[in-house]
This record gives sequence, C-alpha cells and structure tokens, in this order.
Amino acid sequence: MAQSAVLPEAGSKARRRFSRIQQIIEEYGATNSALIPILQKVQDEYRYLPEEILTFVATALDLPPATVYGVATFYAQFSLEPKGKHIIKCCDGTACHVRKNQPIIAAIRRRLGLADGRKTTEDHRFTFEIVSCIGACALAPAVVIDGVVHGQMTPEAAVKAIDEIDAADKAEVAR
Amino acid sequence: MEKYVTIDGVKTPINGSNNLLEVIRASGVELPTFCYHSELSVYGACRMCIVEIEGRGIQPSCSTPPEGGMVIRTHTEPVMRIRRMALELLLANHHGNCQTCEKNTRCRLQELAHKLGVKTVRFEEPGSVLPIDDTNPSIVRDPNKCILCGDCVRMCKEVQGIGVLDFVGRGSGVRVSPAFGKNLKDVECVYCGQCASVCPTGALTIKSQVDEVWNAINDPTRTVIVQVAPAVRAAIAQAYGVTGGEQAMGKTVTALRRMGFDRVYDTSFTADLTTVEEATEFLGRVAEGKKLPQFTSCCPAWVKFVEQFYPDYLSNLSSCKSPQQMFGALSKRYMADHEGIARENLYVVSVMPCTAKKFEAKRPEFTVDGDPDVNAVLSTQELINMISEAGIRLADLPADSMDLPFGFKTGAGIIFGASGGVAEAVLRMAASGDGASPSEFRAVRGLDGLKEAEVTLGEKTLRLAVISGLANARQVLDKLRAGEANYDIIEVMACRGGCIGGGGQPMPNDMSAREERKNMLYDCDAIQPLHNAADNPYIKECYSTLLGKPNSSVAHQLLHTGYRSRKRIHGEDLDLTDTETGEKVPVSVCIGTNCYLKGSYDTLRRLIDKARDAGLAGNIDFKATFCFEKCKAGPNVQVGETVYGGITPDKIDDFFNETVAPAARSRSKAAESEVDKCLQ
Amino acid sequence: MTPVERINSPAELGDLKRKVVSAIRSCATRVLVCGGTGCMANGSPAVLAAIQEALEKHDVPVRADIVSEDDEKAIGLGYSGCPGYCQVGPIVRILPADYFYVRVKPEDAEDIVTETVLGGKPVERLLLASEDGVKYAKRDDVPFYRNQVNVVLADCGVIEPGDIRDYIARDGYRAMAEALFGLTPEAVVAEVTESGLRGRGGAGFPTGKKWGFTQVVQSPKKYVVCNADEGDPGAFMDESIMEGNPHALLEGMIIAGYAIGADEGYIYVRAEYPLAIQRLRTAIAQAEQAGLLGDRILGGPFSFHIHIKEGAGAFVCGEETALISSIEGQRGMPRPKPPFPANSGLWGKPTVVNNVETFANVPRIILNGAEWFRSFGTERSPGTKVFALTGAVVNTGLIEVPMGTTLGDVVFKIGGGIRTGRPFKAVQIGGPSGACLTRAHLDLPLDYDSLKSVGAMVGSGGLVVMDDSTCIVEVARFFMSFTQKESCGKCVLCREGTKRMLQILEKIVSGRGKVEDISLLEEVALAVRDGSLCGLGKSAPNPVISTLTHFRDEYLAHIVDGVCPAGECEAFKNYTIIDEKCKGCGLCAGKCPVNAISGRPKSPYVIDTSVCIKCGACADACKFEAIALA
Repeated sequence: MAQSAVLPEAGSKARRRFSRIQQIIEEYGATNSALIPILQKVQDEYRYLPEEILTFVATALDLPPATVYGVATFYAQFSLEPKGKHIIKCCDGTACHVRKNQPIIAAIRRRLGLADGRKTTEDHRFTFEIVSCIGACALAPAVVIDGVVHGQMTPEAAVKAIDEIDAADKAEVAR
Repeated sequence: MEKYVTIDGVKTPINGSNNLLEVIRASGVELPTFCYHSELSVYGACRMCIVEIEGRGIQPSCSTPPEGGMVIRTHTEPVMRIRRMALELLLANHHGNCQTCEKNTRCRLQELAHKLGVKTVRFEEPGSVLPIDDTNPSIVRDPNKCILCGDCVRMCKEVQGIGVLDFVGRGSGVRVSPAFGKNLKDVECVYCGQCASVCPTGALTIKSQVDEVWNAINDPTRTVIVQVAPAVRAAIAQAYGVTGGEQAMGKTVTALRRMGFDRVYDTSFTADLTTVEEATEFLGRVAEGKKLPQFTSCCPAWVKFVEQFYPDYLSNLSSCKSPQQMFGALSKRYMADHEGIARENLYVVSVMPCTAKKFEAKRPEFTVDGDPDVNAVLSTQELINMISEAGIRLADLPADSMDLPFGFKTGAGIIFGASGGVAEAVLRMAASGDGASPSEFRAVRGLDGLKEAEVTLGEKTLRLAVISGLANARQVLDKLRAGEANYDIIEVMACRGGCIGGGGQPMPNDMSAREERKNMLYDCDAIQPLHNAADNPYIKECYSTLLGKPNSSVAHQLLHTGYRSRKRIHGEDLDLTDTETGEKVPVSVCIGTNCYLKGSYDTLRRLIDKARDAGLAGNIDFKATFCFEKCKAGPNVQVGETVYGGITPDKIDDFFNETVAPAARSRSKAAESEVDKCLQ
Repeated sequence: MTPVERINSPAELGDLKRKVVSAIRSCATRVLVCGGTGCMANGSPAVLAAIQEALEKHDVPVRADIVSEDDEKAIGLGYSGCPGYCQVGPIVRILPADYFYVRVKPEDAEDIVTETVLGGKPVERLLLASEDGVKYAKRDDVPFYRNQVNVVLADCGVIEPGDIRDYIARDGYRAMAEALFGLTPEAVVAEVTESGLRGRGGAGFPTGKKWGFTQVVQSPKKYVVCNADEGDPGAFMDESIMEGNPHALLEGMIIAGYAIGADEGYIYVRAEYPLAIQRLRTAIAQAEQAGLLGDRILGGPFSFHIHIKEGAGAFVCGEETALISSIEGQRGMPRPKPPFPANSGLWGKPTVVNNVETFANVPRIILNGAEWFRSFGTERSPGTKVFALTGAVVNTGLIEVPMGTTLGDVVFKIGGGIRTGRPFKAVQIGGPSGACLTRAHLDLPLDYDSLKSVGAMVGSGGLVVMDDSTCIVEVARFFMSFTQKESCGKCVLCREGTKRMLQILEKIVSGRGKVEDISLLEEVALAVRDGSLCGLGKSAPNPVISTLTHFRDEYLAHIVDGVCPAGECEAFKNYTIIDEKCKGCGLCAGKCPVNAISGRPKSPYVIDTSVCIKCGACADACKFEAIALA
C-alpha cells in the first residue's frame, strides 16, 4: 500500500503515528478505566502527551476531550510538553529535605541555566523536575538521573554528573 | 412509619427526601449552597451546606442521607465560622467589580457574602488575570469569577451528554476549562447555554447584543423589526408577575414599541410555517420510506450536535430552517417586496429564550450577499435588561397586539416553545388530512427527557420520540446506530423541557420554573381560535403569493438549508466539494490511520473521478472524514446513511455502479408527495 | 529457575512446603543480598555480581533456585527484601548462620566466599560493632533489632521475594488454605475482628469491622482494593513489604476477598515504586502458576484475581475515594462519604480498601489466632507497627515495634539517639498530615488512641526526628507546601486554605511576618481542619496546629525578634566574607547590584548587611568560596 501518499492539509504526520496508539488502546481495551494506563503507555512512547493524541484517545474511548485533558493535567506524572533527552529528578521528600537538598536544587538549576518555572533546557537536552518522595529515604538526599537513583548527593556531585552526561553526548555527536 | 430528624430542636419528618439538605430546606431553613443542584449528581465541594450532626461532627448535608433520629444543628459557631471562611477564601480569589458585573444583584456569591455576614477579606487578591473567552457569539466565559463549583461541568456532561468543560490542573491551579485550554468556539460546545443557567456567579454569562440593538433602534436609516419567540412570553410573565403568557406578550408588545422597535412580530408565525414545510417533508419521506427517522432541525444546538457527533445522520435532519431563520429570510424578502425597504436598511432582531440562536443567526449560509437574515438575537435576559434601561415598568403597561401578517399565529406555533410542541404541531397537520383529527396529542407533552408515542393516522402508525436534553438524544441516537430503535419522527430540543428552559431564560431556570412556563404555553394554545398550522390564513397567503407549494423550489431557497459535518475539536472541515447536503448524496470516506493504510485516500480520489465521468458530480457531496471507528473493516465509505466497509481501490468500479450512482440519481427526483392533501 | 508447578489442594501445599523446607535445609549456605530500593541504589547489584564472580572463581556452584538440589555442594544466592537497617546498607545476610554483614562492597566478595562460604567463619570487619568494639555476628544480636518485634517484616530479608516457594517454606499461603477450606467467611471476619487489627494506613479503623460492613451487603460483585499509594514523603514501609515479601500482601487480599465475597482485587501502587511493581507482577504470575491465585484456588470453588493499577503521581490518591476514582480512570478527586466504599465503592460496588501493612498482617492472624496477635501491643491497639525512622537519628531505616512502644524508646533505644549529638527537638509523626511530638512526649506510647489524645496520629508510620538545628516553622512550611501542591483542588477550604496558610508561613520564614498573621493562620487552620471534604484537607493543618501549640515561641521569634532560633532560615542570615579566605580581588563588589561590598585590593572586603539584598550574586561569583551565608 502506498505509505508515502500525501494527505490533505494539516496533521498528516500525526495521522500516521496513530496506528501505534490504536495498538495501545487495543492492548488495554477502550474503556474508561483504561484511560490512565493508556496515557502512561503513550507517554512512555512519546515522552509526553501530544494534544492530537489526547484527542484521538478521547474519541476512541468515547470520552469528552476535556475530560481526558482534565485527567492528563491532574497527575504529576503526565507532561503535556516534550521532555528533554535526559531527565533529572530531585527527590523532595521529608528526609531529603531535612538533609538539605535545597543547595543541590539550586546548583542543578544554575548549571542547566533554567530560569524560574522552566523545567526543560532550551536545547531540549535536560529536563529537571522536583518530585515527591521516591522511597530511598536512607540515601537522602537522593537524585534520580535517567532512571538511576543516586544517593547522598551533594551540589558538586550533581553538577559533575551533568558534566559527564554533557561530555558523553558531545562525544556521541562527534562520532 | 414516618421517620423524623431533629433540626435545631424541631422535630421534622423526612418525607422521603434523599438528602438532609432537602429535609432542612423543606423545614424552612435556607441552607446556603453553591455546588448543589437537584438535577445534577452530588459534588460536595463548596462546603457551604455543612451542618453539625450529633455523634458525627460536621457533615455536608447535600450528600448525607437522612436517618431517623438524627439530631442536627444548622448554625453552630464552628459551622458559621467555616462557611464565612470558605466565602472569604472565595472572595479573595474573585476578580472584578460587582457593580459592573453582568450578574450584579443576581450573583450567589454576592448574595451569600451578604447574607452570611462576611465583612472583611484578609487575603491578597491574586496578581494575574486569566484571559476571558468572548470569542463565540453566545456565551462569555470569565474564569476570574469562577468559584469552581463544578455545576457547569456536571450540567454539560450529565444532562447534555457533551462535557465541553472539565476541571483542569490540580490544587490551587485548578480551572474549569475546555479541552487544551481552547476557547469554546474551538471545541464541541453547542452553545445551549445550560452551563450559564446553572452558574452561580458571573463566570458564565450570555453574550450581550443589547448595545447593538440600541444602536440599530437609534439609527434613523434602519427599520427595526423584532420577532418574539413563544417561550419568551412565559418567562416574562414570571419575571414581572403577570398572569398568563398572552397578557405578558401583550404588555411586551407595548414595551417593545415604546423602546423604538418599528414592527413587532411573533416567531410563532414562522413556527406555523415550519410546521407546514416540515410536515410536508415528513410525509414525503414516509411515502418514500427514506431518510427516516426525520429529526426536527429548529434547535441550533441540536443541529450542531448532530454535525459534530452524528454526521452520519445529517440527512435525517429536516432541511427546514428554524422558525427564527425562516422569519429572517421571509421578513426581509417581504419588507423589500411589499414595503420597498431595502435589505440594508432592515434590521431584524429576534428575542429568544436561547443562546444558541445567536450562533445560528451568524451561520454563513443564512446570509444574502453577506447580509444576515437575522441581525441580532436577544435572549430573554437581555430583553429584560433593555426594558430596565428604558425605565419601563412592564407590569403596569396596557396590552397591545402584534403587527400583521407575521404577528398572527395558531396555537400550534406557540407550543413550539415546549418539548413535544413541534411534534404535536406536525401531527396536528398530518392528522388533519385524514378527516376526523384530534387536535391534541398529549402523549408528547411534559418535561420528561424522553417521551415515546405511537400515533395512528389513517392506515399508518407513526412512532415518535420526543427528546429534551442532549444526553437523552445521545442515548437514542446510539440505539439507532446499533439498530435497536425504530422511530419515524424524532423531535429533539437541547434544553430539558424544551425552549422554555433555554440558556437565555431568566433565573430561576429550574424545573419548577419550566413546569410553570410550559403550562402557560399550552394555555396560550388553548386560547387561540386555530390550532392547526395549516389553517393559518396568513400562512396560506404566503404560499399563494410567494412560495407556491410547500417544499417548492422557492420554499427551498428561502426556507430550507443544508448541514455539514464538523470536527469536534477545531480544525478545517475536510470538505472536498464545496456544497451542502440537501439534495445531494453525501459520500464520505474515512481517512483515519487504519483506513488510510488500506488505501482509503485512493478510494476517495477514484470515486470523485468516476462521479465526474458519469456526470453525477453535482448530485454527490464528497467528504473526507476521520474515523468511523470500524477500523477492522476499512477502508470505510458512507453513502447516505449507510457505512460500507472494505472498499479498497480494486472494488471501486462495482461499488460506484451498484451503490453510489443509483443513490445520486434517485436524489434528483425529489419526492413529489401527497402535499396537496395537507393544504386544503 | 525451576518452573512453579500447580498446587491442586491444601494437602499438596503442605507437601510442597515440606519439600522446600528440606531443600533449603540441605543447602549448606544461602547468601542473601538486600534487594530493597535503597540498597539497590547503593550498590547491591554490583555486590551480588561480585559475589557471583568470586563463587565462580572458586568453583562453588550456585543453585538455580532453592529447590534445585542437583548439586549438593551448590549454595543459594539471591536478593532478599529490605531488612530495614538502611543506614548500613548494602546488607548481606548469610543463612543459616545468620551472619549480618553491613556496608558490603564488591571488593568484599572475595572474603565472603573464602572465609564464610568455604571457611564457615564470619568476616569480622563486615560485622556491626558496638562502641567498645564488640562484634555482633548475628542479626538478632544487633541492638537495632533487639528491641524490635518482627511480625509483618518477619520474612523480609530472609526470603527471596522472587521465588514463591521461599514464602511457602515459611508457611506461606497456609493461612489462605485454612480460611478457604476450613472457615466460613463469617468466621474469618470474626477472627480478624477479634484480633483487634486496625487499619495501618493511618486512620486506624478496625479492619474486621470494615470487612463486616462489606460482607453483609448483598451484591454479586464486590472488590478488594489495596492502597499501596504510600505518598507520605519519608515513608517506605509499604514499599519494603511489596519489595521484600509481596506474597504476604497477596495472601491477605485473597483472604479478604473470601471473607467479604469478592472475586477481584486491585493493588493501586504509586508509579514512583517501579521495583515494587515489578516484584508484585512476578509474585502474581508465580501465584497464578501455582494455582494459589486466579481461578479455583487450590482446586477449590473460590476464585480471586488481582490486578495492578499504577498511580500517576498524586498524593491525594492515597485517600480511598480518590483512589477509587483513579482506578476508574478519572481525576483522583475524593467523594463525599457517605456513601462509604463498603456500600458503594469501586464502580459503585461494595469495596474494602485497606493498606498494604494491614493486609500483610492478616495471614499470621489466621494462622496463629487472634489471641496471639493480641499478645503484642496494647489493649486497644494490638499488634505491631512498622515505622520508617529517618532524620537526625543515628540509625535510620525501617523498624517494627509493638504498638505502645514509647517514643523515647524508638528514638533512643532503637534509633540510637541524635546523630549530630545535638539536643533532641521534636519528631514529626505521620508525615505532612501529622503532628509533632516533643521532649514532653518521650514517654508517650505510640498507639492510635494515645496519639489521638495529644492531637497527633500514627498515620502511615513515618517518623522524622529533628534536632535543634531544624527550624520548626520551616518544617511546617515545608509540609504545607507539600500538601498545597498535592491538594486536588475540589473543595475551597483545602484548595484555598492551604494556599493562604502557605503564604503566611512563607512570609514568616522570610522575615516579613506580622503578629496578626498567627491568629489568621490559626483561624484558617481550624476551618480547613473542620470543614474540608477529605482526609488530606482535614489533616493538612496538623503540622501547623501542633507546631503552634508546642513551639509558639519559635514563631514569635521569627516575627517579633527577627531571629531564627535554629539558625536555619536564610532570611535571618547574612552574607559575610570570610577574612581568611578572601583574596581581596574585588570581584564580588563588582557584581553587587546595590554596592553593598567595599574594601581595598589585596585585603578582605566587607559586606554592609543593612544594604545587602541577599541576592547571592557575590557568593556565586567568588572563586575562593570566601562568602558564606550565616
């Protein structure tokens, strides 16, 4: 079949991706209670929740798009904006807070050049989030970098870790 | 065995109430509420209705079922303290000046702050102002005034079955918003205005055209004509304490003249006209056995609803315009023909119980050379505002009569304002051709959301459904789609109870108000000497002098219209041909991913080519659409009202010859039905 | 791993248990590396890999799993659950000798293999020692454990959660078999009621009573829901149970389902616990394979299926009605009660919602009886409670003590006192919904009613210990900012009230507080506590109310005296230049936007604190770390 046929007007790229979404919906079933797992799976695929996909999911599940949008904006896990390549999460649970994670947060924000309120760097390489307790309290203060938990962090160690990732990225590009 | 509770020391019977709040209110204590609405699910968020229950502490009364023996106190110190704090917190977040707010003197936040003695707000107002949405013709949404009671959310979801608005975000950042923060005009809002009807503050209000109308009245070059819808008179009667819809209408006519309107007419007249056109169309369809069930089309919110959610049923909609629009088209034509007033000097205003009518008046197809048939739509609320601005005390006015010819109506036109009215009007006319005709069809009356009836006319038994509230419409349409329901004619009004409960009606707009208004309309009907639209002498004159016959081509040009499918969330309509339905067969091809992957785009292109080659392009309305949700059977093509699957490019020839072409050819032979039977 | 075979009757279950017990006994040594999230992040995987390598190097075969007895010389090696002493991880435990190795590194693998596995002796340097150098060889000798009583955590750290047979060897699923085949549902409810078990999620509602309410409702469909959302920052008890002994939770849920008449259960786990989710999935799969979960359990008429639902990052979903909404696919907003879940819960059906720890207690209660359970704890709060002890104590980690243990015993006997040596100030119990306890409460027994009587609650069991270098107002502000962020936004009191309380607290800690702020703060706090829709709102003001009660002076110090007694709040600190480090380069003076710094080249500069706006630009600029905030 002609995969490269040009579709009319806007959104032709988006339409082509919907096949994966349809698969996900089939996997979980097109019911209300599957909404959150479907969104979680979609976010796994795309690293965020694009608007057109949310509308598609709403249609497929026979839910009002406003409702799906309401669910997507309620849970902290969901991001409606694209995330960076590397995701850094600083735990702000009680233990980590009591063990002074504020300087670490400040250091990371400075190193990444993130102005107030921004979570992702301009070049979309890093996203920095402050998250709720991840349950590694004995290792406080904890920072998760690309899914790996780092315990007993310091501002210097955090900056060093970022530097290392930066260097690795640059090396890869150079290759 | 009667059960009792004790309220502030007084033993009170429960009397079958579902929740404590109703028991307490029935006992004479007016508990404050924001988020409680008897027709909506219990939300329990505003905390205003809290009471102290012995042994249970502070509980919300709206969600607590009464139990015999409960001891309740409604205004203890902690309870009053909490209510005041809740109000203070709401006021601290509330932007804007009461004096200039649309809801001044009618706002529940204002009322409760006053009643519960809130004298100070000790918190800072938030710095930033949220953008106001006033980009659609009907409703203004001001999130700065929203108190997050959720009534609009639940009304749109539960009663209207759409769910345009929902809560977005979390915590103190929660807002009530359409999907993706878009404006109402960019999402599936049908402008029914029921959300504004339940909003306790000025967060959702009707978009006012009062200034425009005053300008037109004050413009010496303009002749300003006003048409008043049936449901309006009932609401005016309530608002001014006048007894009876007729009396209220008479005084309103006087008021309108004093305000400067040049002619005062009745939408009920064109309601009669609609009845004639629609009944004729219906009988034609019944004779042919096609495009049934027929849906009424006078409710613009309902029409938009079909265009968005059930585009496969577009051809079931009656092609008749609504009475408002028929009036606009007809009156401008008439004034030009008979009084020599040029179109650009005419200004047609309609007074409607409805907010969606503002949207309808602006539909591009209802214009002639860019000049709209209806220039402005005033809701009942706006009319009342204008009457106040002009300093008129309506209740003290003498009554006056409307102008002719468009001020003359039969009872059938008046009952359009109540759910069941259109169906009854059509039945009255359809039955009249049979000789012994009942003039009342009570089975379709009442405020219930779904009424069914079977009526035998001659040898035919007609099955009717009368629906109000779009959630009910959804249910029936889904059944129709699934082949589980069988009707011949379906009347749908978006607002529960019909237009009498429209989004433009004054508050209170609850079911008891609607019940009263409904009774007034049927009384008006009973008073009229004529009850069958076809008997209206001025309607007959209309046909003899201008329209010829019902459904004639002149009638079609002036009084009929077509529809198009709409994307629910804004975006271009993927129309590939530039015409409306009406006399053309709609052929729609799904280009959703699955179908696309199976070659549906090729299918569409080849069908268009074949139609052109066969000379049938003018009879076919090609559309590309998104997702019939039958992905396994793709590519899917809809012809008329049936969806065919598996139409891969190799099957085009046969499919075109066997299905599409015959449909297109038969369309051009419009059903010349038993029209004459009905008109004399 | 040897595949798990289907068990078709209680008798077969007993047979399997005997078989596994004997197989374990025949295993000369089992090396268990802690596989809890904390130790995994701290290096357990590397330790395990190193031990595996060392074993290979020394030609010591490793069993594929605990039941494969192909090679009699083969030893057992695997991950266990969290033994609780997170302070000293990674932990490696050697069974049956029960050596308890702490702070193990990959380099230690060689010695563990040669000295312990092959030589049968402990590696001394890996053992914990007392202050006088006395080594604690066995886990039970360790002071941290001596004062604990492990019921729920009994199997954590001793079994491999990844193999259901390990659990079966410890009488796993025997309680379920007894209940399903030997007791009526009413009898099960009665036993649980008699035991006095109270909900361990925080509210402490009698579990048996809750089950009883749900059992009597007539409905063909009912549900059992496990609240594994554990959103309290600083709490990881449920996490450890799910990671360390997930089967206890499953067994408890199945028994609950039988008792109330449900055939389906959901575990709602927060998404931030990926390891727990993984362990649960494995456990469910194995239990289904073994016929201990799913259709016709153990060949009997009762069927029960368990599904996992992942949370998506909302603390409020720990509230039972919000949790139910979330499972249904909606925003996690709580609903008014009544109706209670027992009558109308998940999808409108009668539902029991209980916490992980609550369910984990159930199998032992059925096995050993209500009276046995009552032998721990107090009259009205029987049993044990798992607490997460963190903060300024020497020993941080998970502990399990009988209800009624005093606060002082927990902090000093088990916790080992204050790590910094500074004076004890307070303990926050119950996380952001909890209250603080002070020196005055050191003799207070930790049980539901005693805590309630002082305006506190057990909560989930998070205990954060603070010394006098922690500003209590900042603690209140921190918890309020958490609660504010997590408020669902439905009811005005919590949504707006917590926001306004937070604003006031922020004013106070940044030095802009006024005296009237305190009374306003109290007024809002009481309204939020008494009028909110759900538990989150109702308990959100607790930290504020309890710190105002016990530490009012500290608030006043901030407002009236302009001082932070703990020396923590930055607004009350000043930037100062450390003379010894300052090189007199003048860079800071150049950066200062308000010209507050002056000095001459090559000699220490000075900051005029009356002009300084505390932007910190000088400290950022200084290359010699000569500017500090103090």
